[in-house]
Amino acid sequence: MKEENKSNRRNFLKLGLITGGTIATGALVFEKVISKNDVATSTADTIVCGPDGKVYKADPMHLKELHAPPVSMDEARLGIEGKKFVMVIDEAKCDGCKKCTEACQKMHYTESDREWIKVFKMKDAETTSPYFFPKPCFHCDNPPCTKVCPVNATFKRQDGIVLIDNTRCIGCRSCMVACPYSTRFFNWSEPSVQQSQEVAGMQYSPEQSIPRKMGTVEKCDFCPDMIRQGKLPACVSGCPMDALYFGDQNEDAVTNSSGLTVKLSHLLEDNAGYRHLEELGTEPRVYYLPPKNRKYPKPDLNHNEDEKEKGVKPMDMI
Amino acid sequence: MSWALFCYIHQLRNGLGVTAMRNYVSWGLYISTFVFFIGISHSGTLVSAILRISKQEWRRPITRSAELLTFVSLLFGGIMPIIDLGRPDRIANLVIFGRVQSPLMWDIISICTYFCGSTMFLFLPMIPDMALCRDRSIVTNTRFEKFKKWLYTKMALGWTGTKSQWHRLENTMNIMTIVIIPVAVSVHTVVSYIFAMTLRPGWNSTVFGPYFVAGALYSGSAGVILGMAAFRKLYHLEKYITLKHFDLMGRLVLALTLIYAYLNLNEYWIPAYKMATGEGHLLKDLFYGDYSKIFWTLQFGSVLLPIAIMSFPKGRTPLLLNITCVIIVIGAWVKRYIIVVPTLLHPFMPIQEVPNDWSHYFPNWVEFSITAGCLAGIFLVITLFAKMFPMMAVWEVEEGVQIEHDRLVAIEIRKKREAEEEAKLFDHSEVPQEAIN
Ligand code: SF4
Ligand code: SF4
Repeated sequence: MKEENKSNRRNFLKLGLITGGTIATGALVFEKVISKNDVATSTADTIVCGPDGKVYKADPMHLKELHAPPVSMDEARLGIEGKKFVMVIDEAKCDGCKKCTEACQKMHYTESDREWIKVFKMKDAETTSPYFFPKPCFHCDNPPCTKVCPVNATFKRQDGIVLIDNTRCIGCRSCMVACPYSTRFFNWSEPSVQQSQEVAGMQYSPEQSIPRKMGTVEKCDFCPDMIRQGKLPACVSGCPMDALYFGDQNEDAVTNSSGLTVKLSHLLEDNAGYRHLEELGTEPRVYYLPPKNRKYPKPDLNHNEDEKEKGVKPMDMI
Repeated sequence: MSWALFCYIHQLRNGLGVTAMRNYVSWGLYISTFVFFIGISHSGTLVSAILRISKQEWRRPITRSAELLTFVSLLFGGIMPIIDLGRPDRIANLVIFGRVQSPLMWDIISICTYFCGSTMFLFLPMIPDMALCRDRSIVTNTRFEKFKKWLYTKMALGWTGTKSQWHRLENTMNIMTIVIIPVAVSVHTVVSYIFAMTLRPGWNSTVFGPYFVAGALYSGSAGVILGMAAFRKLYHLEKYITLKHFDLMGRLVLALTLIYAYLNLNEYWIPAYKMATGEGHLLKDLFYGDYSKIFWTLQFGSVLLPIAIMSFPKGRTPLLLNITCVIIVIGAWVKRYIIVVPTLLHPFMPIQEVPNDWSHYFPNWVEFSITAGCLAGIFLVITLFAKMFPMMAVWEVEEGVQIEHDRLVAIEIRKKREAEEEAKLFDHSEVPQEAIN
């Protein structure tokens, strides 16, 4: 089985999907990596246009968003003028399905152990109710991580996003120990063969964080390349529960995956929005709405046995 | 050492993934060892600088070995974080893009300063000795001897022992002695800052600076005693390094251990009284969790026990004192590990559903080999040094002997004079009575 998979992957063919309506504008471009086999056997009726100009049929399940051509390093460091990006996560809607994590991993070609947005099962105290807690990078306004970087490889942009330049990072991991939210991941080894094949030929930019390099740090980047195209970050558009909102604080508007745009200030006011571990003073740009009136079963806390054994209490924390 | 080198190449090629470090425990044995080596390096210079400033005569035979220990452990201490880097090939970025706002940069700056300073501190008092070696060395035809002679000549910097040269040396030494102390204190303070400047439970502490400095002095001075004892045995210096030296150094270590114990109390008792959530989890783990055995062994074995032993004069005799110092040095090393690792295992976010090796840490063979290699390197450099150069500051000891001699002569003279005066007084014993009349 595995052998077969490998050879399939080697036959990958890069195709761009252009749906009928957008051929004229060419604005909406998808990239997909499908095998020739898929083309032959696919029953789906999506028509894709390959880079060779020929037309193929493809299963939409196999399609991936194309990363926009990267902006220059200087632009990536400056950020988008006039914006202040924020995310709002509604714990009352999150049912812990981890679709956001999956979407993120697909977008950034990550190994399965790297969850840039990770869904925790939280329980603040013995007597309080447990809830799901998706946690991306908070893109803190007073970021402990960028402060300690000796080479300015991780930096804060004017639009509020905290990024890492992995062509500059020296791998000292100061930022990892400084981040109070365990947000950062280190590339302890070379990326796997499969992964490097998938991203081969892509041009690096801190805005898309790929291709990754051994000995450097990576983390959630708020998908700035998607934002530049006017799209939502992968996790937000991947959330089937509409639990994640993303938007611009200056416009006071945030949008969720079904395209609903709401006023940020009203959303926070009506739902008693808060930020995680406010007392640390890191000023996160990610807000949470408390898990009130949930429509789904609460998290099952019992399959964290191994963590309990280690003496690490799984649910609680400040 | 070549094995360690092999391991390092293995690590360079395959990434830090070959170590046991993972995303939660992203600093491990290397960084602990870094802190430990830097701690040991305080010994020297600080011990010999403080003793020099306070004009302790007994320091003379031990300053050189203390300074050497500083020099070498600083050298290898500086290498540790480079070994720990994910991208040592980009080390030039520190110069190109360096940010002084980063605590790591403070470390680099102050360690470099300290390294230059302690090299000078080691080298300056060696100049007259080099001249001595130059003048005394017999040139045979072997290359090594020739090289030695050449080296001595170069290092003596044309020292001839004139008055003005002595004067200049003395002045420079005085300045260096004073300058090196704040530098040494700053070094370990900023080493502690790479931890204390984070928000992590266990590190987010205001006593970390003095705590680390005290820990450094305590382990460093114990290291000096061990070095002293080793040289005494190897080179039969019993005449110069006497029981008195051990007794006095023992007292010094005792004092430093007491300070360290006091800071330890502050470091753990204050948060333990409050048991705030984050700190509480960590402390529970230290007090009666996974790390409790090591933690209490350290507190009793390497802090309280040495205090108890060294409080008695018998505990300051070479054998017992050396055993105590071995305990202290090893204890200090393990203590660094206990400061670094458990905190990393207690982040604010719960550790959930991660690969098994992320949530545990114990250094693996690669880390142990490389660290052992560095330790071996320290011994190697010391041995090489001892082969080439005198391990005692010959002139300082001579000067000490001279001073002692002068003192004895002075006492003699004073005694004589007193005797004479007494005799005189006796002669004119009636004079006062006349005066009264
Ligand atoms: S969450 Fe962590 S990595 Fe993200 S900005 Fe804050 S401190 Fe930095
Ligand atoms: S690991 Fe890289 S990004 Fe993080 S502090 Fe070090 S150099 Fe900066």
